Amino acid sequence: MIATESLTKQFNDFHAVDGLTLQVHAGEILALLGPNGAGKTTTVRMLAAILKPTRGRATVAGFDVRRDARAVRQNVGVLTETPGLYLRMTALPYLDFFGQLWGLSLRQRAERIETLLRRFGMWKFRKQRLGEYSKGMKQKLAIIRAMLHDPSVLLLDEPTSAMDPHSAKLVRDTVVSLRDERRAIIVCTHNLAEAELLADRIAIIRRGKLVSQGTPRELKAQLLGPSLMEVRLVGSVDGLGPRLSDIVQIETQGQNWLRYRTSSPETVNPRLLQRLASLDKQVVTLSQVPRTLEEVYLRVVEEDS
Amino acid sequence: MIGRLRTTKNSLRTSLIITRREVRDSLRDWRMVIPILILTLFFPLLMSVTAQLAVNWFSKYGADIIGLRMIPFLLMIVGFFPISFSLVIALETFVGEKERHSLEPLLAMPLSDSELYLGKMLAATAVPLLASYLGIAIYVIGLYVTSRYFPPGPLLIQIFLLTTVEALVMVSGAVIVSSQTTSVRASNLLASFIIVPMTLLLQGEAAIMFWARYDVLWWILAALLVADLILIRMGVRLFNREELLGGEIDQINLRRVGRQFRRFLLQSPDEALRPWAGGRLRPDIVRWYRQDFFKLLARHHLSIAMIFILMIASIALGWFYAGRYPLPSQALNFDALSSKNFESVGMLNFLPHFSPWSIFFFNMRSLILGALLAVFSFGVMAFVPVMSTMGIVGFLSHQIAYAGYNPLIFMAAFILPHGWLELPAVILVSAFALRLGASIIAPPENLTVSDSLLLALADFIKVLFLVAIPMLIAAAFLEVHLTPKIVVWLLSPR
Repeated sequence: MIATESLTKQFNDFHAVDGLTLQVHAGEILALLGPNGAGKTTTVRMLAAILKPTRGRATVAGFDVRRDARAVRQNVGVLTETPGLYLRMTALPYLDFFGQLWGLSLRQRAERIETLLRRFGMWKFRKQRLGEYSKGMKQKLAIIRAMLHDPSVLLLDEPTSAMDPHSAKLVRDTVVSLRDERRAIIVCTHNLAEAELLADRIAIIRRGKLVSQGTPRELKAQLLGPSLMEVRLVGSVDGLGPRLSDIVQIETQGQNWLRYRTSSPETVNPRLLQRLASLDKQVVTLSQVPRTLEEVYLRVVEEDS
Repeated sequence: MIGRLRTTKNSLRTSLIITRREVRDSLRDWRMVIPILILTLFFPLLMSVTAQLAVNWFSKYGADIIGLRMIPFLLMIVGFFPISFSLVIALETFVGEKERHSLEPLLAMPLSDSELYLGKMLAATAVPLLASYLGIAIYVIGLYVTSRYFPPGPLLIQIFLLTTVEALVMVSGAVIVSSQTTSVRASNLLASFIIVPMTLLLQGEAAIMFWARYDVLWWILAALLVADLILIRMGVRLFNREELLGGEIDQINLRRVGRQFRRFLLQSPDEALRPWAGGRLRPDIVRWYRQDFFKLLARHHLSIAMIFILMIASIALGWFYAGRYPLPSQALNFDALSSKNFESVGMLNFLPHFSPWSIFFFNMRSLILGALLAVFSFGVMAFVPVMSTMGIVGFLSHQIAYAGYNPLIFMAAFILPHGWLELPAVILVSAFALRLGASIIAPPENLTVSDSLLLALADFIKVLFLVAIPMLIAAAFLEVHLTPKIVVWLLSPR
């Protein structure tokens, strides 16, 4: 659905995007992460055929962004960095205007606008001027605008920014349901928890270059090492280290807990539990210590700088 | 996906979708509507009463003609005031949208840059122009009611057309200003470049009307039409997604300008068009003469052809005017011709002294002047040096023919000995000057306007210094030391 190969965008002497190679398949969400100025927005603009790549190529929905720019734009729904609404208009004529530009018939426009406004809980505000909307409402309307023509590819720049938790969840659920309808979606975000929640794969870019790419799990394993496990016992863990050393190497320990790393928990954990049982140690919990995408992101960005 | 991709056949319809929205949006703004209403409905009525009062007042002192001459002037003013809003609307619709970030969603639509440009142009022009036409109609009706006077049809047509092209000049100028700025504030500052010339033009038109030289208004109309075409061409080129989203800061970076200029001077023509990845630049004069010069010639073949055609046309024009204004036959008498005749050429104020360096500097001065004219006229005036020189050649050739001499021998004697070097040099410099001026209107695909201008300037300088100047110096020496001998040899009686 989306494929880029050595995609590069240069503004004068500045490389905004430098040799980016990505693939996003139908039914997949890719989260594009990176610090401010990393090249996320420029990448989205190139994929939406708004800017022409300086070098490299990109195809979106089967069309080349340089050669078939118009067809690409017809097949892509873009949520821009800022909603950019016409504040003197109300929602219905505003969306109708964009519907006309997409080439939707009068009936299609009426149906889609009502469906989407209702889906996002905006129907009751349809007669209100857009200038009177809150930030979150403006953002929702911009998302509706991007989805109006039911595109096969969605490029969403900070989709939940300025939204209250309920609205943000609504948008996230919508994005997931769009993925389930076999759409290819790229989400640019600074919200790492959201990226982890939504994305099938994550690409981290910095200074226009792809620094790391993979599923959240792959990235964690790759950058933070094997899974960190924690065992909590009823009694003390004193003196346990040597007795467990043939199974695990204890990394840290407390009064009644210990932590170790393993890349194959499915074999190591049962053996460890058996050993603890044979040593008359009662286990309260055995769990993986949560590792967030934030750690991964910070590690990548810090390593690179 | 639903919806259908619009084809180029639907272009106007697509543009009109944008126009309709923008017009409605403008009409929602009372700050726009109320002044337009006042200027459309109230002001013309006031002017028709003023015109009547002025006619009566002047006639009391026997100066009826002054009062009568005010009527067309006020007609023009009534038409002009509402269209002054087109500038405000244009700046608002182009750069205002950019500033409010509402342009990017539009840029993501399946529209071509031209459709977007046309839609916005129509939106900025439509309301003020309609208001202006309505104002003119109210003024004319008011005038008829108060004084039973109806302006002549040709004058009404002139005012109608002038108002239309002036509105287009302002809007197309505003688009160019908007594409080079990122805020309404900055564009308002730059808008002086539109307002000041338009004010001067209006004053000029007023003076022309006062002297009742309405024929001159047709020439102004033609000039404005040419300006419209140039500005619209430039606007279409500048109003594109890359230009609109490429520059985010209104700041002059002199270091960058210097770096780019040096790069364009030293790189080959092909490399200059590609994005620069950095690296060391070295001058390579041998490569320039062996490869770059020919590539530049190939790239400028259209400009060269255009200058060449204009050169032939100028000779024909000079030839034609010689038929209408023949010189007295004794003015061209080669019977007593000698080399000394050439030395007296310098006594004519407008011609240089007859020495190689004087001729060279004279030629250089006119070529540089042509290049400057080219820059300020977007290339249109680049052909002035060629046209004036070759027009004189055509004129004299025909006069020579009238005097009973063979014009081909005249050309072979007076022009050819040094012209084989001088003329190609002049054609080259004029063609590159044409490109220099046009570079602002039509930058190459991968370059911004400023880079396009820098590249054209670098090419112009290279061709001027490495080719044209050596040729012109050699031609000047031939003109002084060889041409007179050949003239005497060919034309003096044996």
